[in-house]
Amino acid sequence: MDKIKDQPFIDRVDGVQKVTGTAKYSAEYDFPGMVYGVLATSNVTKGTITAMDTKPAENAPGVLAVITHLNCPELPGYKNLPDQSKLADIKKGYRVFYDNIVRFNGQPIAIVVADTFERATYAASLIKAAYAKETFNTDIDVAEKSGKALEGNNFKEYVRGEANAWKNAAVKIEAEYKMPIEVHNPMEIHAITVNWESDTKLTMYEKTQALSSTQQSVMRAFGLKQENIRIITQFIGGAFGSAFNTWPHSMAALMAGKKVGKPLKLMITRNQMFNLVGYRPQAIQKMSMGASADGKLVGITHDATAMTASYNEFTEGIVNASRSLYNCPNVNTTYKVYPLDLSQPTWMRGPGETTGAFALESAMDELAYAAKIDPIEFRLLNYAETDLEDKKPYSSKFLKECYQLGADKIKWSARNPEPRSMKEGDWLIGYGTGSGIFSAWRGAAKVGARLLPDGSLILASGVTDMGPGTATAMTQLASETLGLHPRDIKFEMGDTNLPPGPMQGGSGTTSTLGTAVHNVCQSIKKKLADLVKDNPMFHTEIVHEVKVDDLLFENGFMMLKTDKSKKISYADVIKNAGLKEIELQEDSPGNPMANHSAFSYAVHFVKVMVHSRTGVVKIARCVSAVDAGKIVNQKTAESQIVGAVVGGIGMSLMEEGIIDHRYGRWVNNNFADYHVAVNADVPEIEVLFVNKPDPVLNPMGSKGMGEVGIVGFAAAVCNAIFHATGKRIREIPVTPDKLI
Amino acid sequence: MINFEYIRASSVKAAVEALAKNPTGGFIAGGTNLIDLMKRGVTAPTRLIDINNLPLKQVEETSAGLHIGALAINSEVSANDLVKNNYPLLSMAFAAGASAQLRNMATVGGNMMQKTRCSYFYDTAMPCNKRQPGSGCGALQGHNRMHAIFGASDKCIAVHPSDMCVALAALNATVTVSGPKGERKILFTDFHRLPGDKPELDNTLQKGEIITGVIIPKNTFNKNHYLKIRDRASYAFALISVAAALEVSGDTIKKASLAMGGVAHKPWRLTEAEKFLVGKTATKENFSKAADLAIKGAKGYGHNNFKLKMAPIAIVEALMIATGIA
Ligand SMILES: Cc1cc2nc3c(=O)[nH]c(=O)nc-3n(C[C@H](O)[C@H](O)[C@H](O)COP(=O)(O)OP(=O)(O)OC[C@H]3O[C@@H](n4cnc5c(N)ncnc54)[C@H](O)[C@@H]3O)c2cc1C
Repeated sequence: MDKIKDQPFIDRVDGVQKVTGTAKYSAEYDFPGMVYGVLATSNVTKGTITAMDTKPAENAPGVLAVITHLNCPELPGYKNLPDQSKLADIKKGYRVFYDNIVRFNGQPIAIVVADTFERATYAASLIKAAYAKETFNTDIDVAEKSGKALEGNNFKEYVRGEANAWKNAAVKIEAEYKMPIEVHNPMEIHAITVNWESDTKLTMYEKTQALSSTQQSVMRAFGLKQENIRIITQFIGGAFGSAFNTWPHSMAALMAGKKVGKPLKLMITRNQMFNLVGYRPQAIQKMSMGASADGKLVGITHDATAMTASYNEFTEGIVNASRSLYNCPNVNTTYKVYPLDLSQPTWMRGPGETTGAFALESAMDELAYAAKIDPIEFRLLNYAETDLEDKKPYSSKFLKECYQLGADKIKWSARNPEPRSMKEGDWLIGYGTGSGIFSAWRGAAKVGARLLPDGSLILASGVTDMGPGTATAMTQLASETLGLHPRDIKFEMGDTNLPPGPMQGGSGTTSTLGTAVHNVCQSIKKKLADLVKDNPMFHTEIVHEVKVDDLLFENGFMMLKTDKSKKISYADVIKNAGLKEIELQEDSPGNPMANHSAFSYAVHFVKVMVHSRTGVVKIARCVSAVDAGKIVNQKTAESQIVGAVVGGIGMSLMEEGIIDHRYGRWVNNNFADYHVAVNADVPEIEVLFVNKPDPVLNPMGSKGMGEVGIVGFAAAVCNAIFHATGKRIREIPVTPDKLI
Repeated sequence: MINFEYIRASSVKAAVEALAKNPTGGFIAGGTNLIDLMKRGVTAPTRLIDINNLPLKQVEETSAGLHIGALAINSEVSANDLVKNNYPLLSMAFAAGASAQLRNMATVGGNMMQKTRCSYFYDTAMPCNKRQPGSGCGALQGHNRMHAIFGASDKCIAVHPSDMCVALAALNATVTVSGPKGERKILFTDFHRLPGDKPELDNTLQKGEIITGVIIPKNTFNKNHYLKIRDRASYAFALISVAAALEVSGDTIKKASLAMGGVAHKPWRLTEAEKFLVGKTATKENFSKAADLAIKGAKGYGHNNFKLKMAPIAIVEALMIATGIA
């Protein structure tokens, strides 16, 4: 194995496929007779469709079918729904072509199928609808003033100790933080290729982070047997949370493919990526915090307001970090969500915490400055040794180490804490920090393993990989556990025909799947040991029946711990036993974590340069120190944090979803106008791992890291900008106009 | 499909004739703007006349100045030694535009003819007088952060998005065109127009005419800078850009030429500021006074009010960098 900074890693097992273009994504499967689906969408925001003219589209060259709510096939999943008239709007959900109701601008109103993509696109442009328009609201500010927030268990006030205790503190701050809608918009556009083999059986190539739940939803909608739905997702070109749901476009493609009886491909457009596959909801957060004169937190009050779609109650843990990141006796939080006439939000990298930490970590900086205490010092003064929310000890917590590692690396102590005191030429220099926290957990997963007669191993699990390098990490784990060279291990995934794996997301994949891989390798070792227990080669004077603990497993050989010259290859064990192969399946349960709280942590340090006159901000340096438990693969782990930080740069400086509330329509739903960070915006990103195992969560000692890398980053940037300029910017993105 | 004819013209004359025969047709050069507009349904030419084979790629200096053919590629002009050494402002402006990939396709003529990036122009479901005269201006009371502060009308507040054109306006370039009635020249500053009552017209090119190139008078400006303030470091249109060209001898400004981008329907020459600067010494104070004059008459529309503040800052900054006092 190669090494980075003394940490062993293996290169991505699928790297060659990815860079040579042989990796296949959901839109890249072609079949003879393939047809193409394209969606037509509404250009009003709310109302009902009163009439549709589909004739011109149907008569256009090459068109095979047009499906709308008027001729939507009878789906078992669309029948037997609870009486819609009795449900509150927010509980109704939205099913494509189910009814004539328009709930958001850009909602699919028809799918057009044609023999070429171009013909389908053209015909879709011919679909005409008449609407009975209704008044609508897409503006969270308007909703906050005159709308009604959702009610229910998800919105209960949380109080620990005394509510609003900050008011009586010696030092206090109150501030409001705003952030806009942000979209995932991964490089790979959402796409699906469906192939109905009969009316009751299909294979679909779908961009999904969750094979099993996608299979379930197709099963319910179409009334199919689970074993008759095969979903293949070999590669995902990024998702960040956008690919958990089975979105309306996929349902439309499934319906259409069935109707025309031909393999069908549908790839939504880049414009549609902005409102058909979720987004991070807009949020307004008020932080009120107080500390004693010597820097002990007295109270945190976090009031968050966010938005969702009128038909879908999306909630996330925006206020959670405020309850658990610091040792504060008095915490109260409120969380209000207003339904708007927009498409639904969904989980996006670090869901909840990313939004919350922007406010919390900005406010911590403000309070530290108000108390005249160094922001890192201030955090250390309020270090939580146990989880005050759940009243449980941590499974492991190396946040202190993160502060230390990062601060040393960026030379935090060398900064002059005085705002607007550091300069390089015309540029004001600022250093800022922000911390991230994200739950670590472990779910259930199945992994199949086959040790073949040549001693090589095939692992198989129905998990997908949106980019972090799951197959690589699992190969490395198996290699270390079973003592096999990585090139002798193959990890098969991305197919519902394999033993069901976990969804990919929530920073739980490595923990969950890794446990199953670890366990299955241990079982193989036991099995191998069992097969050689009577082998006289391993007999010593005292031991006549060798056990797994007496043996070492290295480089495809098992050998006696006490005498390594006594060894036999796995291949020979299988051959000697007269077996075809060793086949095992591991059913690995989740870890309920009854007695511990588990979190991953990140501490970001950012150096910014702000042009003293034009207000242009450059991120000059990023150092992120991360406690994600034991690192399985240094290279892919680093890449995850780097990717998250790049997302954080976009979030803090440029990403902003804009809707024209007069029309309820997106204004900047394309990559020219919705800015994500480009290479020129991104400096070298330095990633440091504490790399200490968590003793409780799973046998590898790993925690999650996909999400935590972005949590707290935007605050670090804003805090650095404050340090550089003396200006508190409480509304992201921080574009130059906010600094002149 | 919306079908269209595709033909390749082999001479300027043939191109002009091909368009004359089909007035609903259009030229295609790099295609980086036109194809997007066709995909979005904003425009639908019935005949595409590919002009990439025309012999209009030259970048050469004569006694009259620098001649650049209409089909010269943006990245090549920017990297051309002649341009870099003798017309640095132009080189900088080219390099500030779009992304490397786009610059590798974009042509000089296409860059001049590119459409505004106003979102309401691009979305056929929204009103836009430029796209559909009489439908209204979506930006006027809508999201207008990128929009004009000079010379707009209540019919249209869009800006011309080009960087190259801002430098060409400052460098007193002339456009050469060829059409059914023969050849003619247009002063660069007269090429693009203000929206007035006819926002559907971007420029003064007549129906059937083709741009053959631009001529830039011999450069006597010895202090040059193109400053572009944008939302990210590359691949973003200007919030404000300034092309500053000065001829300074000793400390005295002999000639001044200034143009701004991101502020109007055309590259915006700052004539009052130029007049003020001539004969003055190159100091920050004088630059600030010039900037104050330049911003007179500017008007914000809400989201773009910040430009009223950013524009003078940018003017001073560009002048300071050009003269080396920043
Ligand atoms: C995402 C994005 C970002 C961009 N960012 C910037 C930026 O920051 N700054 C900037 O300056 N530009 C930017 N651009 C615009 C880019 O510079 C233009 O798209 C490009 O210059 C157009 O040149 P082209 O040759 O591709 O033109 P085409 O797309 O081929 O043509 C554009 C128009 O010009 C007409 N035309 C072309 N040649 C002639 C001719 N010789 N005579 C008459 N008519 C002609 C065509 O008929 C068409 O109407 C950006 C573009 C994109 C897509």
